[in-house]
Amino acid sequence: MNTPVTENNETQDGGALTGLAHFVQPGELDASHGPVLYLDDITVSFDGFRALNQLSLTIDNGELRCIIGPNGAGKTTMMDVITGKTRADSGTAFFGQTLDLTKMNEAKIVQSGIGRKFQKPTVFEQHSVFENLELAMQADRSVWATLFARLDSESRDRIADTLKLIRLQDSADRPAGLLSHGQKQWLEIGMLLIQRPKLLLLDEPVAGMTDEETDRTAELFLSLAGKHSLMVVEHDMAFVAQIAKKVTVLHEGSVLAEGSLDQVQNNKRVIEVYLGR
Amino acid sequence: MTTTYRYFSKSVWLAMGLLAIGLLVVLPILHLGVDKHSSLYVSSYAITLIGKIMCYAILALAMDLVWGYAGILSLGHGVFFALGGYAFGMYLMRGIGADGVYHANVPDFMVFLDWKTLPWFWHGTEHFAYSLLLVVLVPGLLALMFGFFAFRSRIKGVYLSIITQALTFAAMLLFFRNETGFGGNNGFTDFKRVLGYSITAPETRVAIYMLTGLVLLGALLLGRYIVTSKYGRVLAAIRDAESRVMFCGYNPVSYKLFIWTLSAVLSGIAGALYVPQVGIINPSEMSPANSIEIAIWTAVGGRATLIGPILGAVLVNAAKSYLTVSFPDYWLFFLGALFIVVTLYLPHGLMGLLSALRRKITGGWK
Amino acid sequence: MTRSAIYLCCIVLALLSLPARAALDAGQLSKLAADDNDAKVAVVKYLASHPSPEAEAVLTAMDNDALYQNQGRLLIVRGDQAIDAATLQALGPVPDSAESIIVNNRLRGAVQGALSAFKLFSSDLATRLKAARDVKQDPRPEQLPLIQQALAKETNAEIHQDLLLAQASIQISSSNEAERLAAVKILGATNNPEVRTKLADMLIQNNGQYNEASPVVRAAAQQALKSIDLRISLARAAASLFSGLSLGSVLLLAALGLAITYGVMGVINMAHGELLMVGAYATYFVQGWFKTHLPQHFDWYVLAALPIAFLAAAGVGMVMERLVIRRLYGRPLETLLATWGISLILIQLARVSFGAQNVDVANPSWLSGGIEIIQDVVLPWNRIIILGFSMAVLVFMSFLLSRTRLGLFMRAVTQNRAMAGALGVPTGTVDTLAFGLGAGIAGLGGVALSQISNVGPDMGQGYIVDSFMVVVLGGVGQIAGTVYAALGLGIVNKLLESWSGAVIAKIVVLVFIILFIQKRPQGLFALKGRSVD
Ligand SMILES: Nc1ncnc2c1ncn2[C@@H]1O[C@H](COP(=O)(O)OP(=O)(O)OP(=O)(O)O)[C@@H](O)[C@H]1O
Ligand SMILES: [Mg+2]
Repeated sequence: MNTPVTENNETQDGGALTGLAHFVQPGELDASHGPVLYLDDITVSFDGFRALNQLSLTIDNGELRCIIGPNGAGKTTMMDVITGKTRADSGTAFFGQTLDLTKMNEAKIVQSGIGRKFQKPTVFEQHSVFENLELAMQADRSVWATLFARLDSESRDRIADTLKLIRLQDSADRPAGLLSHGQKQWLEIGMLLIQRPKLLLLDEPVAGMTDEETDRTAELFLSLAGKHSLMVVEHDMAFVAQIAKKVTVLHEGSVLAEGSLDQVQNNKRVIEVYLGR
Repeated sequence: MTTTYRYFSKSVWLAMGLLAIGLLVVLPILHLGVDKHSSLYVSSYAITLIGKIMCYAILALAMDLVWGYAGILSLGHGVFFALGGYAFGMYLMRGIGADGVYHANVPDFMVFLDWKTLPWFWHGTEHFAYSLLLVVLVPGLLALMFGFFAFRSRIKGVYLSIITQALTFAAMLLFFRNETGFGGNNGFTDFKRVLGYSITAPETRVAIYMLTGLVLLGALLLGRYIVTSKYGRVLAAIRDAESRVMFCGYNPVSYKLFIWTLSAVLSGIAGALYVPQVGIINPSEMSPANSIEIAIWTAVGGRATLIGPILGAVLVNAAKSYLTVSFPDYWLFFLGALFIVVTLYLPHGLMGLLSALRRKITGGWK
Repeated sequence: MTRSAIYLCCIVLALLSLPARAALDAGQLSKLAADDNDAKVAVVKYLASHPSPEAEAVLTAMDNDALYQNQGRLLIVRGDQAIDAATLQALGPVPDSAESIIVNNRLRGAVQGALSAFKLFSSDLATRLKAARDVKQDPRPEQLPLIQQALAKETNAEIHQDLLLAQASIQISSSNEAERLAAVKILGATNNPEVRTKLADMLIQNNGQYNEASPVVRAAAQQALKSIDLRISLARAAASLFSGLSLGSVLLLAALGLAITYGVMGVINMAHGELLMVGAYATYFVQGWFKTHLPQHFDWYVLAALPIAFLAAAGVGMVMERLVIRRLYGRPLETLLATWGISLILIQLARVSFGAQNVDVANPSWLSGGIEIIQDVVLPWNRIIILGFSMAVLVFMSFLLSRTRLGLFMRAVTQNRAMAGALGVPTGTVDTLAFGLGAGIAGLGGVALSQISNVGPDMGQGYIVDSFMVVVLGGVGQIAGTVYAALGLGIVNKLLESWSGAVIAKIVVLVFIILFIQKRPQGLFALKGRSVD
């Protein structure tokens, strides 16, 4: 039901109500009923150490969810599991109702609509900013297609729009390796957006940004919510306060608490975990 | 060295064009059309040498595609080169017919082994077209299979390099055995004719020579197309940050596999052109030392520049032709030092040196 | 004069232990005086089959060229005195007309064979044992009477068993069925290939007739063959297991050093094989020095070579690290190429300074020979000792890694270079020392190699792929893994080799490793680390 590649509007998310009848196609996202992401009973261990311990979590369609938790709580590992970088030892992970993430490889997961920003910004340093966006842009990713791909004007426009959004118009032809840390963060966000994912996973997106940039990021995320689903991991509580509706606290690989920011901040166990040590 | 590097500047195009005319038109005329005693006469030795070096240049270009653009340092490209050579060599062996030393219907080395009939893998090799098919398919399939297993399990870097070395080493051992059916130690030699023409006739020689030049030119243009396409940019991105590319939705395995296989096929073609010109193919072409030399040609010229590796192949092999004859004891010292000096002081090779010089000069004028 | 007197006493003493017999048949003996060599050999056989002090005296004299003839009478000459050969009676001074009896090589062989059987009666246990071994290995029909006499007297169980086998080996051709049967029954315990052939021969049909007529004997022969073959194949298997272990120990020596440098610095040193070569040439050098300066202690040159080879290789390694490898940090592929360049230079240096040919490195006496487990299957001492040596190097290295400060630093750098650096570990020095250590161990490997294979400029070339495979298979930074991988690869290689030939074995192993990496890219024993990307 979704996403012919060339459509240019931003409203093709699976979550929009499709009325009474809709077709479920195997291999495509179907989030028409309930959550866009569904993790159940996920366990990951590294040489006996359980980084994720029977973790269960769901993200609703269009939701903006913040994940917090002390260092080593398993936040990044959870994203690794969702994006196929790490395989869960047990448990299920579904994207929408039909896509079993545990059975897909990294590239397939991205193609099905999950985008991720890494904790440490990674861009293609030898490529220009423009090319970084071009590579990230949603398109046919087969070898054959890229061999004969030509940039049409529409794609150019989209790249230009994104460049404007991330304020890198003037650096379009510079190698990305020359950007500042904050600029790289922005470029990575741009690369994420231009993929048009339905679900965005953002690992500490504002680390290294100035206050002003942080504010802009918050604005951006809030504007994305609704059309996209977002999962944001952040240690910066001020930033979380700016954007959060619902917050999940991870601790030692499982969910410790969930609710509004106020609720979790007053949760005794959370306080214990953050302050008790 | 960003990917926005232009392929190529106007002056490079011009130089390439002139060189192509000189090599592909003028030299053949000077070989065929000029009297042997004239000072303008180009000897058959020179034609063979240049033809041979052009084969190496194709090989270096193939290496640049995988190493320069995909970051895969192959230490086993010799195996693809040799397989292409053997595939075409089979055709040439069949072309000897009953004119061999033993006047038998099978190649001489089989007489030696007391084989009365051809083994199955020799069937059909008397057909030119079929042998051309083999030239492409054998290296291509080997590369495809090997690459599939290697890339799928994410073997890369030095791991991959060493395993490619093991590959060519194993193949060499296999071909050294007489029972493998490819002439053992001695390989194939004493060819008589190709497509009915005598292989030693000047016209045949020039034809193969010119074909080599055209293939080189074609390979260069093909390479240029590939590396400037979006595919080439994805490939370079894989080279620099493979996992990030995966999280852009590309599957690096098929990207690497394509360029790897293409590079192997190019090497095989180079090998097929090489054999009729030098008149011999034997397992030593698969020795690890030979394969690793290809890497140094590429490095000397400058990786990821297409032109550089060709330049490197020419310079290193010209030096080799000269030194191994005049100072045989020093050639290995020279080669060894070249490996060290280039990696330490010329990471971008001669091409990098040239552009640094140009920047300095133009910078000085401003 | 006194010498020969003592000699005479000895002989007399020895002969006293022989059963007394009538004097020799002078008619037979006189044939020795003739010029007919066949006849002479026949006489020697006669002597061997008629054991007596006289017979032994004659044979000994022939062996010493002390048998003369004087007008058809045979004399044994001792000093200037003559003795009658048939009766051993002193005859006074040697007559001038006495002529020496020529003993040509064929005859001498027969004489010595016959004499060896006489040693069966020596009073010295070791001499008897050796003599029994000899007759067991090469039994001659004419020795049968001697063997039987010896059997009757022998008290040592081991010698007795050998003699029984020798007797049976001869009696297998007897015309007496009962004797044959008895012989065949005993022969299940022999390892002598010729005897085995004879047994097998019995079971062959010729024109519908078995070579051995008696079915009972045939059945026994069948039985005996079976047990011989079982023992031989067991011994062969043990031998190939051993040669696998031996190959594995060599691989281990080559791989241990590589494992250190690859583990600590993440670089593959393509000149690692040439460091083995440096070690081997250092051994050659030390050998030469011992030859000219300490020839009486030559046997110990290998021990002296160990520290020198270690230091030489370590020195070359550290220089390499300082001058080249260090500057290529973080560029592993370029390091590969640069170290390959170094290896070319080292090879050519060796060629220019020692010649392109292999040089001779001799085994000291304690490293030559071996233990023969059955005939033709020998476990050579040099390989046994190298197996032990590689284990010793392993212990030495584990000690260094686990108990010393350098080891601690090295482990720290292996796991997390940046962190170790931040904690004040001098990573640069650690790199150099680690490289020196790895290179030094390769040097030790070179000493070992010099004892079992050729020493030449190209000797190191073959090792880099194999030892890298060991490191990959074992898992980077895992000493235990390296050990298992080396020994396992060695054994698998040798077993395959005996089954399919060396080349195919090598290829099969390579393919296996490539497939193995599919399943376990981290190697056999690696921890699941967090990959850095
Ligand atoms: N590949 C791995 N091998 C071993 N341990 C790992 C691996 N990946 C993660 N861990 C461990 O799992 C735990 C969770 O790590 P994770 O990176 O998910 O934490 P996090 O919540 O993202 O922490 P931070 O806030 O510091 O980013 C940590 O203790 C980490 O050391
Ligand atoms: Mg994290």
